[in-house]
Order: sequence, then C-alpha cells, then structure tokens
Amino acid sequence: MPESELEALKRSGRIVVVGASLAGLRAAETLREKGFKGTLTMVGDEPYEPYDRPPLSKQVLLGMARAENTALPRRRAIEAEWRLGVPASGLDMAGRRVKLADGDEVPYDRLLIATGVRARPWPNEAEGELDGVFVLRTRADGAGLARRLEAGPRRVLVIGAGFTGSEIASACRERGLEVTVAERADAPLVGALGGVIGAVAAGMHREHGVDLRTGVMVTRLEGDAGGRVRAAHLSDGAVVECDVVVVCLGAQRNTEWLAGSGLGAGPRGIACDAGCRAFGITGIVTDDIYVAGDVARSPHPLFGYQFLSLEHWGNAVSQAETAAHNMLSNSAGRRPHIWVPAFWSSQFGVNVKSVGVPTMGTEIMITQGSLGERRFAGVYGYQGRIIGAVTFDNARWLDFYQRQIEATAPFPPEFTNVDRRPEGSRPVPAEFPDPSIPTHGPTVTLSGYSPADRRMTFTPAGN
Amino acid sequence: MKQGILSQILDYSNRANPYPLYEELRRTPVFHDGEGPYVVSTYHEIHGLLHDPRLSSDTRNRGAAAGDPLAGQEEGEQQLPPSFLKLDPPEHDRLRRMTNRPFGPPHSPRRIDGMRGELGSIVKGLIDGLADGRSRSGEGDGNGIDLVDQFSYPFPVTVICRLLGVPREDEARFHVWADTLAASLDPDPDADAEQREKATSSARMELGMYLAGLIEERRKNPGDDMLSQLAAGHGQGETMSTMELLSTAALLLIAGHETTVNLITNGMLTLLRHPDVLERLRREPQLAVPLVEELLRYEPPVQLLPQRTPLCDIEVCGVTIPKGAPMWLVLAAGNRDPKRFENPDRFDPDRRDIQHLGLGSGIHSCFGAPLARLEAQLALSELARRLHNPRLLEDPPPYRQNAVLRGPRHLVVACDDIRP
Repeated sequence: MPESELEALKRSGRIVVVGASLAGLRAAETLREKGFKGTLTMVGDEPYEPYDRPPLSKQVLLGMARAENTALPRRRAIEAEWRLGVPASGLDMAGRRVKLADGDEVPYDRLLIATGVRARPWPNEAEGELDGVFVLRTRADGAGLARRLEAGPRRVLVIGAGFTGSEIASACRERGLEVTVAERADAPLVGALGGVIGAVAAGMHREHGVDLRTGVMVTRLEGDAGGRVRAAHLSDGAVVECDVVVVCLGAQRNTEWLAGSGLGAGPRGIACDAGCRAFGITGIVTDDIYVAGDVARSPHPLFGYQFLSLEHWGNAVSQAETAAHNMLSNSAGRRPHIWVPAFWSSQFGVNVKSVGVPTMGTEIMITQGSLGERRFAGVYGYQGRIIGAVTFDNARWLDFYQRQIEATAPFPPEFTNVDRRPEGSRPVPAEFPDPSIPTHGPTVTLSGYSPADRRMTFTPAGN
Repeated sequence: MKQGILSQILDYSNRANPYPLYEELRRTPVFHDGEGPYVVSTYHEIHGLLHDPRLSSDTRNRGAAAGDPLAGQEEGEQQLPPSFLKLDPPEHDRLRRMTNRPFGPPHSPRRIDGMRGELGSIVKGLIDGLADGRSRSGEGDGNGIDLVDQFSYPFPVTVICRLLGVPREDEARFHVWADTLAASLDPDPDADAEQREKATSSARMELGMYLAGLIEERRKNPGDDMLSQLAAGHGQGETMSTMELLSTAALLLIAGHETTVNLITNGMLTLLRHPDVLERLRREPQLAVPLVEELLRYEPPVQLLPQRTPLCDIEVCGVTIPKGAPMWLVLAAGNRDPKRFENPDRFDPDRRDIQHLGLGSGIHSCFGAPLARLEAQLALSELARRLHNPRLLEDPPPYRQNAVLRGPRHLVVACDDIRP
C-alpha cells in the first residue's frame, strides 16, 4: 500500500472490531496507541463493556469478587463507537461491510475479528435447560453459578475435568460444598498435560474431598417435576444426585456468522497467516481482514508451522497487539505473531503453569522437584527436542524452560540442575490420550499440515 | 598499566559513579579476565541466569575460587547453617515457604499493609526529631542534617525490630554485628583477610547466641511478632530446626539493614539531583509508587550478586562458563542496559516498562520486597512533603566502602524549614 493510503487510513479510515472482549479491547487500545485517528467501532454480542474471564472460575465462585466487577482495566481511552448487545450476523467481504443482527450494517476499511469462543453446551437441549444446569464462560454464567453456590447446594456435579472443570471443583471444595467430577478420560487435565500429570491432578482432587469419577460419561441429566435438575446418570450405571450441574466440555469457536462469507472460517477457528491476516476459502490471504484471540488459528514456526488455536489469555493480548500493529503497517513493517503458548491455572491451592505445546510431547521428564510433593517442573519431549513444559508450584523456573523451547534444546535434557531428583533421571511416556477419542477438549488444538507433508519446488523462470 | 575493570569497580574512588564502568563492562556481556569471576552485565542474560536451574546459590558448589575478589567470606559460617539465601531447592523452598507464612500471602496477606500506620508514625517521629534538632541548634544556617544517621538508618532498623519482635534497645549490639557481616561481602583490599574472617565468624556466632536467647523467650511468652510465629512453627507438616530458625532470623534481621537504608538514601540523593521530580512528589505523594520502582532500576541498593555457581558447563552469549566457576551478576549494569530500557541513564518515574532487576528475579527474588517498597514509598513521600527547599550540601556524598551494597555513608542536606 502506498504510504499516502496508509496515512489516509490512519487519519480518517474506518476500523471495525467484532468481539468486545480481551482481544478486541487490547487491539482497539493498540490502534489508538499507534496513531489511528479514524472511526473505531466495537461490536459485542454481550451488553457489557469488556470484562476479564479468568476470575469467573476462581474468585467469583469463591465469593471474593462479583462477576459484575471484573471489567478489564483500560490502558488508555479508545474513543470508540460501541455496538454492545448486538451480535454480528454476517460479512460482505466485497462490499466491506459487517452485518449486525439488528439489521444494521457497518462499513469498514479494516476489520478485526475477535469473536472468541463460547462454552460447548450440554448436547441434550432439554436437559441442558433444566434449572441448575450451567456452563461457565460469560459474566452472566459466572454470576448465576456463584449465586447458586452461595445458596449452598447439597451436591454439585462438574462434567469434564479440564482446567475450567477442575477450577470449579476446587472452588466448590473451598466453600465446603460436596462435589462430584465426572471425566471421560482416565484423569483430570489429561487432554492438556497428559496422563503422568493427570495422575497428580487426580490426587489433588481426591485429597481435597472431590468425588472424582474417571473413565465415565454422563449419559443423562434428570429433572424433577418442577424442572430442576436432581440427578445425573453415568455410563457405568451410577446415579449422582445433585442440584447443580456445571457442564465443562470445552469450547466452540464463534464463526457461524461468517458462513458463506468466503472467509476461511470453520469449527476450528479462522485461519490466518502469522501476521494475523485472515485467509479466504481460496487459501489466499486477505489484506483488510485480521483475526486475533481464541477464534484465530495461525501457523507457528516453532511448532512445525502447525496452525494453532490457543485459548490463552496472554495469546489474546499479544495477538491483538500484533494484529493492530499490522493493520496500520506496510508489508515491510508487519511483524509475525510468534508468541510462545503459555497458560496458568489455580486449583486446590496449587499454581499450575505451562509453556510451549505439551500436547505435542510424547515423553515427559520431571527435571525439578517431585510429582509426589506436587512441586515440580516437567519438560515434554518431541522428536528429540523440548516442546513444552509444566510447573506445579514452581513457576519461577518457567522462563528457563521457555527459552529451552525457543532454542529447540535437546530432549531429554542431560544437564545438572538444582532440585533434580531420581525420578528426573529418565523420560517416561507423557500418556496423552489417543486424539481420535474425544475428551473435554484440550486447551491447545493442533491441526493442519506440516510443511513436510506438502512440498513445493521452486523453478526459476528461464529454465 | 590500565587497571582491570573489576578492580576499578571495587575501587572506592569509583564508588560514587560506577555506571560508566558498567557501560564498559556491558560491551562484553560475559566478561572473564583469565582467572577471576565470570561477570555478566547485560539485562537479558542476567534475567535468564536468575531463572536458570543449572545455577546454584549454594557456594559449597563453588570450585577453587581462584581470583574471585569476593571469595573468602564463607569460612566463618560453620557456626550457623547457610540461610535460605544461600541454599538451593528443595531446602531453600522449604525454609522460604515457612518463613513466608507469618510474613506474606497467602497465609498473612495483610501483615505488611497492616503496618502502614505504624510505619507512618515512625517516619513522622523521625522527621519531627530532625525539626527538634534544628530548633535546638538554632538551625537555618549551613550545618545541615545527616539523613543517613538521623533518618534512613533508624527507620528500617526500627521497622525490622518491630516486625521480628527484637527489642529496639538492643540495636546498638546488633548494629555492630550487622556492620561486620555486611562488610564481609565487600573485598576491602586494605583489610587483613584472616582478621576479617575471624571477625565475621564471631559476629555470626554472637548474633546467633543473641537470637537463640530471644527465641527461647518468645517460646515462653509469644507475641504477634514474626519471631514468635516462626518459633511456634506453623507447621503444615514442616518444621525448622533450631539452627535453621536462628539462621533465618539472622538473615531477616541483617537483610533489612544495609539494603533499605541505601534504597532510601539513594532515593533522596536522586530526588535532590532532580528537583522537578522532588517537587512533583511533594504535590502528588502517589507518585512514590512508580518512583520507587524506577529508583530500584536506576540506583539499586544491591549492585551485584556474587554468589551464583554453575552446576555444569553452561553457555552464555557464546562463552562457556565452566562448572564450579565463580560468577557475578551485575544487576545495576543490567538495569541500565540500553538493549532493554530506552534512555537507561535517565531517571524517569513515568517509565512504564520497568521490569528492573533491583530486587533480583526468580526464586531468590527479594523476600522483603513488599516491606522495602512500602518503607521507601512512605519515607520519600514524607521527606518530600515536609522538607522545605531541601538541598545537598555535598555532591557526591561520601559513600560506604561496600561495592555490593552500595550507598552513601552520609547525606548532608540543608533546608529552609521542616513543615508540620
């Protein structure tokens, strides 16, 4: 783009951000920071200003914070035109317009899509509508569930022991509530961190008095005459009497509104290049549509150029900043989003953190501390290199492991280090479940093809 | 012959402004002068090493410390086991965790903030004392106030005594031990090494015996102070041995001495050199929060960490640092690395991106940081508010001998009046 065109965009262009949550807000702030003076429209389907989600499964459920008070702090004024409480319903790529559910249309010169994900609902709609059945994704979900926990239910059933499910179970126990957790896999967190770590997590659940049932599915939720949930039936024939059920079966990407638009959007997210520019269904990158946050799916050079969709707080911030930067830059000034995946969780009093892509790991080695003490650092190995790392109550070392991942350091690590115990002398299988068997949905989704699968040969002209 | 850069850094004549030497040092991110320590001076490398599990803080892992001018201070320590400052996990983690229970979150989240009022009245009392001293001596002329002796030393010492439950009256006794132990970190070229070791050893022993007596008393008559709580051992299945307890108590008592004193004194010195910022702080006391962070970057009270040792050969910036070699991590040089901070030599309390190394990083990051920050914030904002038209009578001021725990020995200021 000629410089003058870019200057015109900055001075008086129209940018629309669809998705008024973490990624959308940080992108908007970055746009203003970088000198965008034109019209900025923020479209959000919820009627609230952007709020933070991590507290919803932690402080809010413990009654330490109210769901209404989790508004995201603002880094700066963004002087946006807010269209809140109205979902986007369609996209006209040729006409450069976003259609809204209320029939309005918003024209744009640049579009950022940050529509994120929503909780996967209970598959049986009627059962899912029983009073007392919750998912946990939005502020309203958090407020409703917190109120119900406050009222002191006799038993809570959590379906799915991923991070959200485990955090909810932890909060329930901290409040002294009886809780049953039903998990399809053999252990909690197994989809994200594998069976070795999952066994540690299972120990944490049980030690804190969670009635943990693994290797089972919930087959049916049963209501009473008043339409309130009263029991759940499990695949092993057991019946769990409960008056609150929280469905934690992972997330679905909010891309349905893009159906038929010509954008490369589907259930796995919206494919984009490393600079956050969305792909069309033709495989050609767009130059005016950008993607950021949970809904984006972008190739990462450190992980074999696989397309990664990350439901990570830090990824949303970093990708939003990169997208905003690139929206206002010439091709030479654009930069790639090569954030190293990282996430944290807090459950049963333990701080869990991870970097890299543990799910790619085939082996794990506990390099510091001990699984038995639940204070350790473990690294994941993939084809002779370190691909991910996890810490339980040992997060201050994580920087080191991140650098090892970035440097594609060899696995297993053979150096001497502090706090190395006998169990850290050799790697063991990481025990991820067969990916063809669905679990609650891991935090990191790997998909797409590696460059090794599709080769291109370049033949210079004239030969 | 040009003097080696490390001896120049240690040379007292460069104490007032070591920053040009650090700049020179950063040109070689991992500096090694044949047989001395491996000196790391750039931000990203130091930060990386502070999170590197291949590095030990336990000096017993150090090989023959040939040529390390800071070596030798370990000999006297048979009396007490190493404090958690000089231990690696898992022992470090266990002791630090237990020490943290009566100190900070999650078990004691309000301990430090709960002392805010008490700290405020200590500050007020000390500044009132400055005013009384002036009126008694019929001040207003150029005699000046020594901020170190009259304010920045007594303040943190009073605070740490209150926190631990150590009688303030005993201060004169442990002041001597504290001085000796702090000096042991510094390679004074004129001092007799053997003599110094002896002095260090006996100071540690005497301090240990003093604390043992106090702890015994706290066991019988517990108060709400940290010593009582540590002595009572708020278990969760973990306990400290008596020797570990003594060592921990000694660490807490001593660590507050030279560090916070220097933070506050360096702070006032910096403010007096930047009168516009001092005036802003007077009008906006809340500026103290970012200002203290910038201060920890710009003039950190701990200039370098001389006690890390690699457990295996490690490569940093293309240099292989051999297993067991002595290392220095020069935090103060990293804090002014232009690859990390824009205009690093500018003191800018509005700096937004300020992840400094002033309190270290990683598992050994300053245990007392929340207290030190609060002390410095309260002290500087109150001094700024109450001293009317303060000015330095000597610039640079005379410095302490110590190159590691660097700060002025005296800071003599004059002012027109002390506001109520």
